[in-house]
Amino acid sequence: MTFDINNIRNDFPILQRKVHNRPFVYFDNAATTQKPLKVIERMDKVYRETNSNIHRGVHYLSDITTNDFEAARETVRNFINARHDHEIIFTPGTTAGINLVAYTLGEKVIRRGDEIIISAIEHHANIVPWQMLCERKKAKLRVIPMNDNGELLLEEYRKLLSPRTRIVAVTHVANSIGTVNPVKQIIEIAHSQGVPVLIDGAQAIQHLRVDVQELDADFYVFSGHKMYGPTGIGVLYGKEGILEEIPPYQTGGEMVDQVSFEKTTFNSLPFKFEAGTPNYIGAIGMGAAMEYLKEKGLDEIAAYEKDLLEYGTRRLSEIEGLYLFGRAKEKIGVLSFVLKGIHPYDAGMIIDKHGIAVRTGNHCAQPIMERFGIGGTVRASLAFYNTRKEIDRLCEAVEKVKEMFS
Amino acid sequence: MAEKTITEIQDEIIDEFEVFEDWLDKYNYLIDISKSLPVVDEEYKKPQYLIEGCQSRVWLRAEMEDRKVVYTADSDAVITKGIIALLIRVLSGRTPEEIINTELYFIDRIGLKENLSPTRSNGLVAMIKQMKLYALAWQAKSSKK
Repeated sequence: MTFDINNIRNDFPILQRKVHNRPFVYFDNAATTQKPLKVIERMDKVYRETNSNIHRGVHYLSDITTNDFEAARETVRNFINARHDHEIIFTPGTTAGINLVAYTLGEKVIRRGDEIIISAIEHHANIVPWQMLCERKKAKLRVIPMNDNGELLLEEYRKLLSPRTRIVAVTHVANSIGTVNPVKQIIEIAHSQGVPVLIDGAQAIQHLRVDVQELDADFYVFSGHKMYGPTGIGVLYGKEGILEEIPPYQTGGEMVDQVSFEKTTFNSLPFKFEAGTPNYIGAIGMGAAMEYLKEKGLDEIAAYEKDLLEYGTRRLSEIEGLYLFGRAKEKIGVLSFVLKGIHPYDAGMIIDKHGIAVRTGNHCAQPIMERFGIGGTVRASLAFYNTRKEIDRLCEAVEKVKEMFS
Repeated sequence: MAEKTITEIQDEIIDEFEVFEDWLDKYNYLIDISKSLPVVDEEYKKPQYLIEGCQSRVWLRAEMEDRKVVYTADSDAVITKGIIALLIRVLSGRTPEEIINTELYFIDRIGLKENLSPTRSNGLVAMIKQMKLYALAWQAKSSKK
């Protein structure tokens, strides 16, 4: 059995530290995750032993780094079960991936009066790029509504789909409340009308087994740093056919084939979308994170996290005056709550003093907070290195908050 | 007895906080003093008085009384409100010149600096700036006359 919580905690150096003189509890995993030694050491090794820019050098180290970078691409391909390596585009992160699609596919297919569908539980990163595109093109943004549990209303979605719909962009998992959307079904419905779909996987990739072919997603985007990898690196998966069709986004080195002052022709996939020196050390680090997750077992991780979420939901629900948001049947490790009569900022400050990191505020998802009629929540987001004991400590801190502010 | 200077009040607050040994007492005290804040009337809780933070919101109003700036304020978060109460204790009822020239060192010294970090985005940093801007505006106005 590879999944042993004590071994896992030892893999993450930061979990051994103290904050405010107490053992550190990290419950802000939806913002970013901590890094296992395997990732830290892998990146350290590149910097110490093999660092050289990729693809351009004929020299020894450039060759090694290029191979490592391309091996990371293969690791990603395998991790999300894409058909081809060249369908994996390295980006700086989820936001960059969504912007890339909005500025390429978006610019190509959206005309005045066309429609783009998103959902009510999106992160700002999957709202604003589409909103701006709509403004540029005089197109319309349509929003799939949700119920009080935080689940999308698929019947409403079916009604929103029209002959003018050109793109559907929906999150796989909602960052603020943890809802897992039925993305396979959402994609199927869009495809029945020939509409391509982008899935924001930023909050899904670290919790669920993602198979882009099974989902039949046209685009799937995520970030390395939310899946135990480094910051500044992410992935845009796109189906080969659609990536071939859309124009390049940023231009510069690496992504070109021939350049003269009269005409430039572009390199083939995936390089067409990777202008400039990519974050190759980030990509190698992200690859190491994926290998680590596979080693621990994606299904084991999911099962452990499910148990932890159930425990956390039960324990927090027992606290009087605490209201949990996001009660979707299908959800992953987010416990988003308010305390009756207590401002989330006050709660967060006191919880922090207990050495526990949570996030407070609107979680870059203002529309959903508005839908619930609240200014913000306290959000504890879980990872597989968290424990039931840590949840107990959160509950104690919450009791203290209640005592202080009542 | 002569009125205390801004420096004296800042030092007084620092003394008051020195008795607290841990953060818990300190924050409990802050919660206590939040209740003493001269809050703005509900009618002034309008967008023009609102200083929007990502985490908590602050309403601030300034009036000129007898050549001195008098502040009233409020926040939806108690800890923020407690710190506002301290800021008002230090700056309210002072001349624009005094306010503009004051260096606020007491928050750092009482160990509440984390509340003033711009990344906390609770409206306090913007509030201090706004307090000084009000003073500057009054000063400019009176020098024109």
